[in-house]
Amino acid sequence: MLEIDNLHASVGGNEILRGLSLTVQPGEVHAIMGPNGSGKSTLAQVVAGNESYEVTAGSVRYAGEDLLELAAEERARRGVFLGFQYPVEIPGVNNAYLLKAALNAKRAHAGLGEIDAFEFLQLAREKMALLDMDPKFLNRGVNEGFSGGEKKRNEILQMAVLEPRLAILDETDSGLDIDALRAVAEGVNALRDPDRAVVLVTHYQRLLDYITPDFVHVLSAGRIVKSGGKSLAVELEEKGYDWIKEVANG
Amino acid sequence: MSTEPENLQELVNRRYAHGFVTDIESDSLPPGLDENVIRAISARKNEPAFMLEWRLKSYELWCEMQEPKWAHVHYPPIDYNAISYYSAPKSDKDKPQSLDEVDPKLLETYDKLGIPLHERARLAGVAVDAVFDSVSVATTFKEKLSAAGVIFCSFSEAVQKHPELVEKYLGSVVPQRDNFFAALNSAVFSDGSFVYVPKGVRCPMELSTYFRINAANTGQFERTLIVADEGSYVSYLEGCTAPMRDENQLHAAVVELVALQDAEIKYSTVQNWYPGDENGVGGIYNFVTKRGDCRGANSRISWTQVETGSAITWKYPSCILRGENSVGEFYSVAVANNHQQADTGTKMIHIGKNTRSTIVSKGISAGKAQNAYRGLVRVMPQAAGARNHTQCDSLLIGKECGAHTFPYMEIRNPGARIEHEATTSKISADQLFYCRQRGISEEDAVNLIVNGFCKEVFKELPMEFAVEAQALLNVSLEGAVG
Repeated sequence: MLEIDNLHASVGGNEILRGLSLTVQPGEVHAIMGPNGSGKSTLAQVVAGNESYEVTAGSVRYAGEDLLELAAEERARRGVFLGFQYPVEIPGVNNAYLLKAALNAKRAHAGLGEIDAFEFLQLAREKMALLDMDPKFLNRGVNEGFSGGEKKRNEILQMAVLEPRLAILDETDSGLDIDALRAVAEGVNALRDPDRAVVLVTHYQRLLDYITPDFVHVLSAGRIVKSGGKSLAVELEEKGYDWIKEVANG
Repeated sequence: MSTEPENLQELVNRRYAHGFVTDIESDSLPPGLDENVIRAISARKNEPAFMLEWRLKSYELWCEMQEPKWAHVHYPPIDYNAISYYSAPKSDKDKPQSLDEVDPKLLETYDKLGIPLHERARLAGVAVDAVFDSVSVATTFKEKLSAAGVIFCSFSEAVQKHPELVEKYLGSVVPQRDNFFAALNSAVFSDGSFVYVPKGVRCPMELSTYFRINAANTGQFERTLIVADEGSYVSYLEGCTAPMRDENQLHAAVVELVALQDAEIKYSTVQNWYPGDENGVGGIYNFVTKRGDCRGANSRISWTQVETGSAITWKYPSCILRGENSVGEFYSVAVANNHQQADTGTKMIHIGKNTRSTIVSKGISAGKAQNAYRGLVRVMPQAAGARNHTQCDSLLIGKECGAHTFPYMEIRNPGARIEHEATTSKISADQLFYCRQRGISEEDAVNLIVNGFCKEVFKELPMEFAVEAQALLNVSLEGAVG
């Protein structure tokens, strides 16, 4: 589904990704871990199509297409979803309105008509119940005045409604209390499906107690330096990232 | 975050969709202004003596006045002698009495503007007093209105048929000497709209006038007077577009509203005049004086405006809250793109006891535009219990534009409660990327954000107008992100 080969990317002239390769198959859950500054968020942003990041070498293919040739909105409509680490506030724009516009953009791409208001509301309410969210959220400005935890739940709500094929969740666990973490994890688990892949970008092992990954990758200095199963995450938790740096250098 | 998608520039430079000139012979006066021109205007309109005297007095006052310089706008000096002060579409000798008699080319113009007159009027139940250049040429729904006792006609007609009302109220809100442009208008105004709603009558439909500037070199000096008698209600819509021009066109309108006891006037404007090209050449100079007088107790005047056009806008729809418990409201969206300059706002003058006013101003600046909010809240010593709430928000799109806020407060009653809130925000690259990552195109994302920003004002507009305003805003700002 997603094939990243020897990806180099920089922002503001600083090279952050330095030859990263990763393959994700449908149905799989991958966890990308690593110390601060190792390039985790850059990877998420580059795959999502943020033009502030410059790809200098390598390739990213998604469902048989050259992803780097596509604009951010085109990637989104094809099923690439990024759950943001810092979801931005858009004051005055109704949460439901944005969500409906997003869903309709995706439907239009798939050759479907616009969803009617009643169906949409039903869908949104159903997903909100799953995430234990107050339906009032729909009528608030996008992330406007949301707490950190509310913003993250809102990201998961968007994911649940948009039903992406490839979901990249960037530090979705940070800033969550245990209840919110559990709700978010349930949202992600509910979406697990043989046709769908999830990439979890996380600093801590904590989230992986709730969402069991098939693969764990450790990122250091813009490259994957170690890959393994769930046990790798546990090992990291015990030994810390310095251990990985030694492994990478040795 | 320095990326600038290529198609944006293209979209910013999208040309004014309403730029065309209708080829109609104009019966115009030669350029220039003196007493004789004023006598000629008055004579052509067959005005009673009081009108001519009023015009001449205004001219005398104007000659002694100076063009105001305090606004945050810049333009080359205007040569008032290079302007022709009267131009009427030539259609036989008499003005047409119904739509069928209207010059078909004129109707075509309205069609191009998306205002198929009869259709629109029939569908929406809106009476349209269409002002083309300086003389009204079509008025509909007259019968229905007159059954309710509502007078809705061109100003010229009002002068002929209801001179007592004109004489009583003309200049009673905006005196001749009020300001330079108002004095000029008072001297040379050619036509406009007149509305009188009698006691206790709720006007059965929204009244609407479409203004359009057409003949080259013709300054437009409309005069609108709306009087709502005791306990009456009227909602008035004003919308306008203008064809593309190379020279600047001066527009100095005066609008006077009078609300007597328990009366309510709602005045909504969508203004889309030619703003000039991407280099700031051409475009309308819009120097307007709009003022409402809440003359009676419990009266209410509400201004709602969406301003997207004009090279320069100088406009402060105001309320004089004279009657006890009277209410003044001002809801405004002002958009300035490219080289547009807007200096707009309101004045709320609290005179009566327990008077209340609300100001919601949303300024959007894009390109190299400058957008200024200038607002005055004055509370007189006798206005015990006066309250004002002002909210003034600016949205910047791109790096080269500016937003300025000039709030003036003169509070002479210690019991007054005055609140002022102001914010400035920018459409950020992060917001746009967030929307795009959800599958929403950049253009749609800008519209989404801008419409969200303006929501509070749009909800004050009549439904049909709100949709139009939203579409207009989207066109005005398409791709304005840098």
